[in-house]
Amino acid sequence: MTVALSEFAPLLPEIFILTMACAVLIIDLYLTDKNRHISYLLALATMAGAGIVTYIVMPTTPEIVLAGTFISDQMSAVLKMFVYLITAGVLVYSRQYLVERDLFKGEFYVLVLFAVLGMMVMISGHNMLSIYLGLELLSLCLYALVALQRDSSTAVEAAMKYFVLGALASGMLLYGMSMIYGASGSLDLMEIAEHIKGVQEKDLVLLLGVVFIIVGLAFKLGAVPFHMWVPDVYHGAPTAITLFISTAPKIAGFAIIIRLMADGMGDLQHYWQDFLIVIAVLSLIIGNIIAIAQTNLKRMLAYSTIAHMGFLLLGIIAGTAEGYSAAMFYTIAYAIMGLGAFGMIILLSRAGFEADRLEDFKGLNDRSPWYAFIMLIIMFSMAGVPPALGFWAKLAVLESVVNVGLTWLAIIAVVMSIVGAFYYIRLIKLMYFDKAEDTALIEGTLDLKAILSANGIAILALGIFPGALLAICTNVML
Amino acid sequence: MSAELILFYLFSTILVVAGFMVITIRNPVKAALFLVLAFIACAGVWILLEAEFLAITLVLVYVGAVMVLFLFVVMMLDINLAPLKEGFTRYLPLGAIIALVIVIEISIVVGPERFGLEQIPAPEPAAADFSNTKELGRLLYVQYVYPFELAAVILLVAIVAAIALTLRPKRHTKFIKIEDQLDVRRNDRVRMVNMPAEKKKSPRRQKQG
Amino acid sequence: MLEMIDNLLSVFPEIVQTLIWIVLKILAIALPVMGAVAYITLAERKVIGYIQVRIGPNRVGPRGLLQPIADALKLIMKETIIPTDANKVLFIIAPVLAFIPIIASFAVIPFGDGLLLSDIDAGLLYLLAMTSMGVYGIIIAGWASNSKYALLGAIRSAAQIVSYEIAMGFALVCVLMAAGSLNLVDIVEAQSGSLLHWFWIPLFPMFIVYFLSGTAETNRAPFDVAEGESEIVAGFHVEYSSMTFSVFFLAEYSAMIIISLLTALMFLGGWLSPFQGLPYLEEAFAWVPGTVWLLLKTSIFLFLFLWFRATFPRYRYDQIMRLGWKVFIPITIVWIVVLGIAILAGLGPWFD
Repeated sequence: MTVALSEFAPLLPEIFILTMACAVLIIDLYLTDKNRHISYLLALATMAGAGIVTYIVMPTTPEIVLAGTFISDQMSAVLKMFVYLITAGVLVYSRQYLVERDLFKGEFYVLVLFAVLGMMVMISGHNMLSIYLGLELLSLCLYALVALQRDSSTAVEAAMKYFVLGALASGMLLYGMSMIYGASGSLDLMEIAEHIKGVQEKDLVLLLGVVFIIVGLAFKLGAVPFHMWVPDVYHGAPTAITLFISTAPKIAGFAIIIRLMADGMGDLQHYWQDFLIVIAVLSLIIGNIIAIAQTNLKRMLAYSTIAHMGFLLLGIIAGTAEGYSAAMFYTIAYAIMGLGAFGMIILLSRAGFEADRLEDFKGLNDRSPWYAFIMLIIMFSMAGVPPALGFWAKLAVLESVVNVGLTWLAIIAVVMSIVGAFYYIRLIKLMYFDKAEDTALIEGTLDLKAILSANGIAILALGIFPGALLAICTNVML
Repeated sequence: MSAELILFYLFSTILVVAGFMVITIRNPVKAALFLVLAFIACAGVWILLEAEFLAITLVLVYVGAVMVLFLFVVMMLDINLAPLKEGFTRYLPLGAIIALVIVIEISIVVGPERFGLEQIPAPEPAAADFSNTKELGRLLYVQYVYPFELAAVILLVAIVAAIALTLRPKRHTKFIKIEDQLDVRRNDRVRMVNMPAEKKKSPRRQKQG
Repeated sequence: MLEMIDNLLSVFPEIVQTLIWIVLKILAIALPVMGAVAYITLAERKVIGYIQVRIGPNRVGPRGLLQPIADALKLIMKETIIPTDANKVLFIIAPVLAFIPIIASFAVIPFGDGLLLSDIDAGLLYLLAMTSMGVYGIIIAGWASNSKYALLGAIRSAAQIVSYEIAMGFALVCVLMAAGSLNLVDIVEAQSGSLLHWFWIPLFPMFIVYFLSGTAETNRAPFDVAEGESEIVAGFHVEYSSMTFSVFFLAEYSAMIIISLLTALMFLGGWLSPFQGLPYLEEAFAWVPGTVWLLLKTSIFLFLFLWFRATFPRYRYDQIMRLGWKVFIPITIVWIVVLGIAILAGLGPWFD
């Protein structure tokens, strides 16, 4: 009765990240502030190394090890790759910002690495216990990251709200999981799926479990009506950390929805479909409409995130492999776009000044045509204007919804996208047709400018040639 | 009524009463002490369920460590409960109704017709040589080794986060570096001075001499 | 004699019989413990007396042997003073809470081969849980006395006990790793062989850490800052008098006995004879019952407690905390790793 060492082979990426996180934790103790960038470089190297390790151990057929608590399949490998990519982007974007705000500390990198580990655990979770623990690991790191700027009252307030509501959401999720466990007698997703297949009549315990799990997940994703924390946290947290919270964890969130809803409780679709439809429609409506009233860009992007989460859920609602791959495509596209949008705020900010109001973008074209152009691409992509990446993402999701006969849902989504386009295009108008109030030179280090440019070009390039990414998403869902 | 049943009712009564006192009593120190009592009664119930390892761990961890620190903090803080209880009566009816609805809803779902003894029979009492501890160890280190390690990582993150959020690097208070104290050698502190005796005789001695 | 009691009891219903048996067993342990406590106090005064080149108590009875009884009588006769504004219920309960967990932990101590009240599998853990509960008596006493010295003493004591419990727990982890069991009987049997098989050799640092943590846990000198009469009068029991005070006294000395017994059981082979495995000597001493060996080993540690008190000046509070957190805990963690390697390598004669 022991665990064979070979069973740990698919876990190599996780083990690598954990080792590196601990290494950074210790090495950082011996660094002075002058050579703190070693921690930064180590964190970046970890992302690159994890990418290589993940590629090496990527399986062709799903491997389930460690008594069914861990799954390694192509979807998990691809999602993990994107998590590394996005996190590496976050690290590069945030370096200068952190230095200017006295947040350039080893703890930031340690917590980010642990958060990445949490996301990987979620992505590879095949047991409700490991999924929950991964989620807690991620959340704990995020709470601490938000509060890292501890002398800023808004950041601490945001962290407090995030923590309290996050704990509530975890409670809901756990309660739902305990119900499912009570009904099926197992925590293993495959065994739960088998149990559900055998259930003939309506089972109230299962139903209650599903409801609580959805509530918990909606809280974590920030979908309406459980979205109250999103704007406050996005606004209150330092932008570098908002950048992180709003991008990579969404990929992990998508993964656990697929694992729990599709893999575990796919046969309960008739239970959760209606429930998700309500959440998705509300998210689309409230997210898009309230975003119009915002004058703060971070808040506006927060509400737009809520709307994007509504779109993501549409793909899940379709309940087909096509819908799931569309949702995956949407999640990845959203993460790339969000990275660019918050990255732009970082570029325009400088020591003691946050460029997070809409007015700060006035006349950006006069100050720097190139970055105004990149922001234009990002905004077009978020609004879903072709040929940017966001257009294909929205199209794929809508197509999958229409294919299962929910045309009315697709129509609501399109209408709301048009409403949403208003505030994205308003920002473009501010950039191109208004006079600049702030005429300070755009500083920012070379790496920041390079990655922002690369990010913008990537959105455009993936928009013009979406085939490869779409193919990946379709393949891994088969 | 067997001795076991009497013990069960005894422990559960204490548990429920103590739990009720925790939330109703005014003095926070007494509330914390009732929570300790609730934990101990709960451990008693667990022992009746043949989960002696968990019961002892509950006492060890919660009673022996967590609640001591909790009590420590509660005693040091001068908590004024009046502002905390403000609006209590105003929200009481709404809160009570919501609580009642939730209780009814949950009891409909998890009531005896789904989780009663007919659906889930009580497990056979284990044999005398059955080792609860070994069984738990096997589950934790073999079947659930991955979640177990993850839980350890979460605790590590909690430590890192707590230190990152509270440690102030610049301290204005002076404190002793014990390492330095221990490193002190005799030569650092004491200097032997070789002073020659004075040659000149004192005037008084001269008089005598 | 046991059969006689059994016959006497057979008139009662079965449930009452078991109850009476349990009470009798408890008394068979608790009463000797009380007696031992009484005479440890005398031993303490005598030993410290001789160390300080004086005689110690010698007036009551031959060579002062009746002194503890006189002391006990005096304490019982005195008036119990309850301070005004003290929390009366908690004030009275506190000494009991300090005493009960200690006396309860005797339940799993094997005094010889098969000579124990309750042979439970998680015995070591139970002991750890019980000793950690003793702190409540001190905290509650400090708080309920409504006196600042008492509160200061209680807070010091709580912080100290919680800190040293970690090192103590890790030392116990080493013991259970070495023995492969949490059951105290199994732990002693795992040390069987000879004097060199006892765990004091492979676990030597843990042996020291455990005993010193035990000294700190019982608030004994040189770690007795919770009382610290030069700073805070008498610490947590400054307001206690008469019986309530004597129960605290009982608790402290019973805790000393427990720590000494456990150190003997876990590191010095419990009731095993020190001449085991030696030719001639083993047979020559075969007639000595195991309990005697155990009690002799226990006495060594009890003597060490007294010796410490007579020798060392009191630690300063920050030094105590430093010793616990920065010295003991790292040592124990390192030793767990060392021990893990030793067990994996099958290092003889302990782990082969």
